[in-house]
Amino acid sequence: MDKDLIILPVILGILFGTIARLFMLRTDYRQYPTYPHGRIIHIALGFIAAFIGSAAVPAVMAKDWSAVTFLGLAAQQFRDVRNMERNTLQELDKMELVPRGAAYIEGSARAFEGRNYLVMFTSIITTLVSALANIWWGIAVGILLLFLDKINMSGKTISHIADIEEGRVRIEGSGIYVDNIFIMNVGLKADRKVIEERAVGIIVRPKNANANVTLANLGQRQAMLHDVSNILGVYRDTGEPMLVPLSKRNLNDGSLGLLLFPQEREINQVIAVLKQVPVLESAVRLPSEAYRG
Amino acid sequence: MLEERILAVITTTKERIGGGAPIFICDTEEEMHEVAFQLERCLDSSVHEISPTLLIVVKHHG
Repeated sequence: MDKDLIILPVILGILFGTIARLFMLRTDYRQYPTYPHGRIIHIALGFIAAFIGSAAVPAVMAKDWSAVTFLGLAAQQFRDVRNMERNTLQELDKMELVPRGAAYIEGSARAFEGRNYLVMFTSIITTLVSALANIWWGIAVGILLLFLDKINMSGKTISHIADIEEGRVRIEGSGIYVDNIFIMNVGLKADRKVIEERAVGIIVRPKNANANVTLANLGQRQAMLHDVSNILGVYRDTGEPMLVPLSKRNLNDGSLGLLLFPQEREINQVIAVLKQVPVLESAVRLPSEAYRG
Repeated sequence: MLEERILAVITTTKERIGGGAPIFICDTEEEMHEVAFQLERCLDSSVHEISPTLLIVVKHHG
């Protein structure tokens, strides 16, 4: 294929790659990526990934194999950007009243890197098909890949792995309990009074052995506390260390007791939010698939 | 470096406490709770009850 005819497949690849990145970009209640400059960074990097992917195809077709090395360079750049993103998020996490936690941040940074690779892959395939077959096939494959990218984005939420119900917050002397799960020792009567008035207790019961181990993960638990505080507000401030959302495990059956301080004390809303908390990639465990003799 | 530290001890029974943390000796339980309240705010730390006559102020990290 001569030089002029290759331009259109390359443009198509870049177009679909950039569209894929826009598809996978969502600034929702989590405000990640941040608006507007965070979004600009993500879109720009997506465009660069699309360009690299598309440009690699004519180079390889012309048997210029050294072009493959700059795919490797791109991978290194994306990894560096992932590290940069992770560091930024971790620094900003110190300013949160209820932090996201390292696992949540790692998931975000990893998704950022992963999406750039998906964009590169989308561009490569679209350009390749357009060049080898024709433009219409290229467009069809591009649209198919957009759908696959979108499917790749969805993951499981807590509702898939656990049952969530309200738990009774009990104060026995200086101990705070949610049902029969001990949460913490609160020494001050003033703090106990605030907890009695404002705290909400939730019990999260894992549905199976895999869920049991996944829910035990501290990163997953911190993500649940953060999401509820993020969406429903948190009755907390610096200098009020006892008003801290906590999660504690019932060691007998692996269920979690959550002590939360939502600004809006609506149990149904708390449960609805918790059901939508994503299961973190780094927290997922599948012990049932291990060989145990 | 210790992760969790006892920053202060508040009690009405001074003869039972020793060690390196500052000890605040109070006459009544109400006074204990008032002192603990102020210390909790000033030190951004947590107050725990060991017994009705003994409170500790602890700095939790993370």
